[in-house]
Amino acid sequence: MSTAPTTQIQLPLEPEAGRRKLSTAKAMVEAIAQQMHTDEKVFVMGEDVGAYGGIFSSTTGLLDEFGPERVIDTPISETAFIGLGIGAAVEGMRPVVELMFADFFGVCMDQIYNHMAKIHYESGGNVRVPMVLMSAAGGGYSDGAQHSQCLWGTFAHLPGMKVVVPSNPYDAKGLMTAAIRSDDPVIYLFHKGIMGLGWMKKNPRSIGAVPTDAYEVPIGKARVAREGKDVSIVTLSLSVHHSLDVAEKLASEGIDVEVIDLRTVVPLDREAIVASVGKTRRLVVVDEDYQSFGLSGEVIATAAEALPGGLKHVSRVAVPDVPIPYARDLEYSVLPTPARIEAAVRQAVAG
Amino acid sequence: MTVQSALSATDRLNLLRMMVLIRTFEEAILREYHADKSPGFDIGAGLVPGEMHLAAGQEPVAAGIGAHLSLGDAMTATHRPHHLAIAHGVDMRKMAAEIFGRETGLGRGRGGHMHLFDPEVHFSCSGIVAEGLPPALGQALAFQRAGTDKVAVAVAGEGAANSGAFHESLNLAALWKLPVVFVIEDNDWGISVPRSASTSVPSNAVRAASYGIPGTRVEDNAVEDIWAAVGEAVRRARAGEGPSLIEVHTLRLWGHFEGDAQGYRGDLEGVPGRDPIPTYQKHLTDAGILDDGAFTEMGAAASATVEEAIAFAKSSPLPDPADALKYVFTEGAQS
Repeated sequence: MSTAPTTQIQLPLEPEAGRRKLSTAKAMVEAIAQQMHTDEKVFVMGEDVGAYGGIFSSTTGLLDEFGPERVIDTPISETAFIGLGIGAAVEGMRPVVELMFADFFGVCMDQIYNHMAKIHYESGGNVRVPMVLMSAAGGGYSDGAQHSQCLWGTFAHLPGMKVVVPSNPYDAKGLMTAAIRSDDPVIYLFHKGIMGLGWMKKNPRSIGAVPTDAYEVPIGKARVAREGKDVSIVTLSLSVHHSLDVAEKLASEGIDVEVIDLRTVVPLDREAIVASVGKTRRLVVVDEDYQSFGLSGEVIATAAEALPGGLKHVSRVAVPDVPIPYARDLEYSVLPTPARIEAAVRQAVAG
Repeated sequence: MTVQSALSATDRLNLLRMMVLIRTFEEAILREYHADKSPGFDIGAGLVPGEMHLAAGQEPVAAGIGAHLSLGDAMTATHRPHHLAIAHGVDMRKMAAEIFGRETGLGRGRGGHMHLFDPEVHFSCSGIVAEGLPPALGQALAFQRAGTDKVAVAVAGEGAANSGAFHESLNLAALWKLPVVFVIEDNDWGISVPRSASTSVPSNAVRAASYGIPGTRVEDNAVEDIWAAVGEAVRRARAGEGPSLIEVHTLRLWGHFEGDAQGYRGDLEGVPGRDPIPTYQKHLTDAGILDDGAFTEMGAAASATVEEAIAFAKSSPLPDPADALKYVFTEGAQS
C-alpha cells in the first residue's frame, strides 16, 4: 500500500463535449464498446443483454459487434451470475454485469455487499475485484413499488463499492469508461428517465453532446451544473434536470440557484458540497431515493459538520419513506418533482 | 483394476500425511484459541479472538481434493476452511498469522479465519453459507476463456445444498459446461440442526440429476473413495466435459465452533471411533505400507511445520489501528 500522496493528484481533464449528440443509452454503450475493443478482458453479462440489447438499451448492438462469447445472456439467476462476475474479476477479467433493475438487488445482495465489496478489504488489498455492476434505477412511469426505486443510498451505505450515477450522456460515457477501467467494484446506476428511450417520456437533456474518443469522468468529482449565489441544490441523476429547470424559472425572479450534480455517491465529493453551501449558506438536497437514513441526510451532515452555525437554511426534497405508488398521481405526489423543488427553493430564500 | 489400486503406496501415504498435517494444525489452533480465554469463556478475548470453526474429522475431504489439484487451480471454501486451505497449498505461515490477526497474515488481519484469500494459489473462502459457490463459476469461466485446463473446486456444507445459490450455481455451471467440481461436505449437522431436519433428500448427490451432471455420494469419510471421485470429476472438468457434484459423508469431530457444548448431539459417543485418521492409519498399516515409526515420524514432521507457522504468527506485528481504513478501495481509504 502506498502512502498518502503529498501532492495533489492531477485528474484527467475532461474533453470538450463537441457537437455530436447521443442519447444517454447510446453514450453508455459506446463507452462499453470502446473498452471492449481496447481490453479483451472486458465482457458483458446479464439478463437480456444480448439480442434484446438490454431492457433499457444499455447494451444495444454489442452482441452484433462482439458476439455471444463476450456479450452473454444469463438465466434469471442473479446470485450465480453476479458471483460469477466476481470470480472472473478476481482472475483478472473485467466484467460489466447488469442487474436489470436496482430493485432486484435483494435476490443477490450477499454477492454484492459481502463478496464483491469486501474481498479487497478482507484480503488486505491482495485481491482486486475490477467489476462494474450496472443497473436501472428510478421511477416516474408507473412501474410500481418493485420496479421504480433508486436505492443508491443502500449501496453507498455499505463500504467497498464505488457508486456512480450519471445525469446526462456526457457523464454516462465518461463515468462508464472510468468504471470499467477502475480496479475497484463500481455500481453504475442509470435512471431510466435520462436514457433517452423512445418509449418513455423524454427528458430534453437525455440527448446531448458526447466526444467520440474514449475519456473518463473522474469517479468522486461533482460538477457545478449551474452557478448561483443564493441557494445550493445538491442533487444527482434525473433530479439534476428538474433542478436546472427550476433554477432557470426562478432566475427571472432574481433567485440565483446553484445546482451541484454529485455524479458519484461513493466517494462523495464533500469538498464540492461544502464549497457551494459555504458560498450560498442555503442548502436544498434533492434526492429520488428514500428520505430517511440516506444520501440526503449524508449531504446535510457533511455541510453541518463543515459549516457549524453557517447555514441559513437546510431542507430536502426526497421520497417520503413510502413504497413508490403505482397510480400516476400518487407516484408524482412522492417523487421530487419540479413543483416540490421550486417550493423548497422559495422557502429557502425566504428564510 | 479397482479404484484403490490406482493409488500408489506413496500416494496413500501422502493422503495420510496431509490428514495428519491438517489435524496437527487444527489441534494447535485449538490449543492457542483456548489458552487465554479463561476464567470464564470470553469469545472475543485472547490471541485468537472471535468464532473458531475447526475441521477435525473432515480431513479426508481436503486430502482427497488436494491430491488432484495443481498450482493455478482454484478453490472456494466455507466458513470452516483450514483443512481445505492447507490441502490446496495456502501458505500456512500467512494463514496462521491471519488467524492471529497479524499484519503478516493473508489479509493483513482484515479478514480473519473465515475470510482467507490467497491469490497465489487461487484460494478463497466465505463466511456465508453457499455463497462461496458463485465466485468459483467465474474463476472457472476465466480459466475456460484463457484456454487452460485449470479447474475450480467449490466446497460447501450439506446445509448449503438447500440454498438458492447452490442451485443457481449448479444450473449455470452445467449450462455453460464450466470446469467446476462441486463438493458437499455432509457432516450431518448444520450447526445444531441434523440434515434429516433440513431436507427430504437422502443424498444431495442426487440433486445433480436436476442439472444433468454426474452426482456421486461417498460414504464413510473414506479418503481413497473421495480421491477417486474427485479424480474423475477433475478429469471431466479438465477435459471440457463440465461440472460434477460430489457429496462426502464426513464427520464433524468437534463442535460447530469452539465453545459449542453440543448438547444437541446424540451421536457423540460413537464419534471418536469414526475418527478418520486412526482408521486410515490402521488401513495402511494392515496393507503393510506403514509402521508405527513412520507414523510417528509423520506426526513429528507435521508438528514442526505447524509450530513454526504458529510461532511466526505469534511473533508477527499486529496491524496498526491507524491503518484500519486502508484497503477499502485499491488506492486506500476513501470517504
